[in-house]
Amino acid sequence: MSRQTILGLGAGIIVLLLFPVFLPRFYVYLVSIILLYGLLATSLNLVLGYGGIFQFHHAVFYGVGAYGTTLMLTKTGLPPMLAFIVGPLASAAFGLVIGIICIRLSKLYFGMLQISLGSLVWAIVYRWYSFTGGDDGIHGIPIPEMLSSPKSAYYYTLIITLASLFVMWKIIRSPFGSALQGIRDNPVRSEMIGINVRMHQLLALVLAGFFAGVAGSLFVVVDNTVFPDMLFWTLSLEILIMCLLGGWFTFLGPMLGAAVIVALRTFVSAYTDYWALVLGIIMMLVILFLPNGILGYVEEKFKRGFMEPEIEGQ
Amino acid sequence: MEAVYSIIPAGVLSQVFVGLSRTTILFIVASGLTLILGVLRIPNVAHGSLYMIGAFTAFTVTKLSGGGSAGFWIALVIAPLIVALISLIAERGMFQFLYEREHLMLLLLTFAFSLVFGDLVKLVWGGEYKSVPVPHIFQGFVPLFGGLPFPLYNLFLLLAGPVVAILLYLLTNKTKMGKIARAAAVDREMVGAVGINVSRVFATVFVIGCYLAGLGGVLVAPTVSVTLGMDHNLIIEAFLIVIMGGLGNIWGALLGALIFGLTQSLGILIWPKFGIIFPYLAVVVVLLFRPTGLLKSTW
Repeated sequence: MSRQTILGLGAGIIVLLLFPVFLPRFYVYLVSIILLYGLLATSLNLVLGYGGIFQFHHAVFYGVGAYGTTLMLTKTGLPPMLAFIVGPLASAAFGLVIGIICIRLSKLYFGMLQISLGSLVWAIVYRWYSFTGGDDGIHGIPIPEMLSSPKSAYYYTLIITLASLFVMWKIIRSPFGSALQGIRDNPVRSEMIGINVRMHQLLALVLAGFFAGVAGSLFVVVDNTVFPDMLFWTLSLEILIMCLLGGWFTFLGPMLGAAVIVALRTFVSAYTDYWALVLGIIMMLVILFLPNGILGYVEEKFKRGFMEPEIEGQ
Repeated sequence: MEAVYSIIPAGVLSQVFVGLSRTTILFIVASGLTLILGVLRIPNVAHGSLYMIGAFTAFTVTKLSGGGSAGFWIALVIAPLIVALISLIAERGMFQFLYEREHLMLLLLTFAFSLVFGDLVKLVWGGEYKSVPVPHIFQGFVPLFGGLPFPLYNLFLLLAGPVVAILLYLLTNKTKMGKIARAAAVDREMVGAVGINVSRVFATVFVIGCYLAGLGGVLVAPTVSVTLGMDHNLIIEAFLIVIMGGLGNIWGALLGALIFGLTQSLGILIWPKFGIIFPYLAVVVVLLFRPTGLLKSTW
């Protein structure tokens, strides 16, 4: 990383730390939501952008993490902080299960089957009133005292998001991350030089599931609710668009995309019920005119490598 | 017949027939999906939306023609054509420019269309439940195996399925158009090299596939309440069917639809609340043994 990027990141973090001091409560909430969606989109990018795996129903892992955390908080008497670890672990385990079922399939089969299995999970959550609260979801989740105020929820979200982003950055830069990108670009050759392709992909799925679960548990902290729509397909699309809009092959692209989409959704929803229509049109425009996303476009314009020099030529 | 009746309980038998009528709808829609998948290699996520548009259009057409019995037959002709027209506009207006691009982009474009179509349906028809009356000659029940009542309309569906299957078989195997399309599925560059306009072939296949989605929507309309959200359920089911059967294989779609329809309807008997799980289990079992589907896929 160049000195400039470090300075830029440092300044950004300081601004984020100061937000609750001068922003009204609603905007603090909004920024928390943006952060956790950014984390969610980045975790998707880990498998989709860097791994080349067609993870089309990523929202399921987010939902499983949120429901795991919630059920742990409401149904058991175990120490509450444990719930914030159990939720993500549940998503990681679920990622493993989905991975084992789907990983042998070709790319498109994988994506299609994952959408279907994810919808099954949604249908079960939606109907199982006695356990998951059915389509009402669960409201007023008892959050540990130290996290219950909007400010502390914000700081918790910020710290966990930054820590997770840092870990994911390290993962992508690690030998494992390089191997994963190698598999994305040429699976056959990767296999030839002795990389266990399936193992790497499976691990990527589990890791992405884990971080999506972290995002889910953050939502529980920020919003104190869970509902079945968190596992619904439309949300997966929204996350996909965040990655696409920000830039697939850049690390911070999904975060940027999340900021744009969440902010847009908040303001568009205030005026109209037709958010999906707006989202669809945005998606079409991005696909037609900005296929590498905003950061991808910036990178192309300033070839000097804005964030990730080695991913050029994609 | 008495022997059959004594071995299999009436409830099971009636569920089998319910499952078979559902199979017909699923097959008609999934065959369109698999056709597009086989030739254009797009998993058309907007397929479910087109099915929904077909059902809603059927509602409007039946209503405009006075709500009488003739309305349904007019809708059966017109509604799938309207759906086909919409798909033609989408294909010529957008998809055709992206065939050279990465696969993911095409897929995301169909996602985008499903979002847009979903909201447009909400905009045009509103969020209320709609119902389409069963045409006059198919109202009522027929006694089946020892007096078990079976809706006459479902019997009509059972006949419609094989008709569509045979027509599709003839179209893809016996016509020049079908042969070109199958060749383009295997090697589109070569087909282009011998002087065939591949883009036009793609457009035709796309429109035929979408026509089938619309047809499924019209046929299902009298049996269910037409509502927003029916697109989502169906596209998931159609995906599973196509995955089970083998991508791009029309007979695979038939086989997959059969498995799906029967496990679904019989699963409800076994576990009423979560009967929905059984078709998924079937898919997982099939894929454990045959990761590329039951029948040979085109790619």
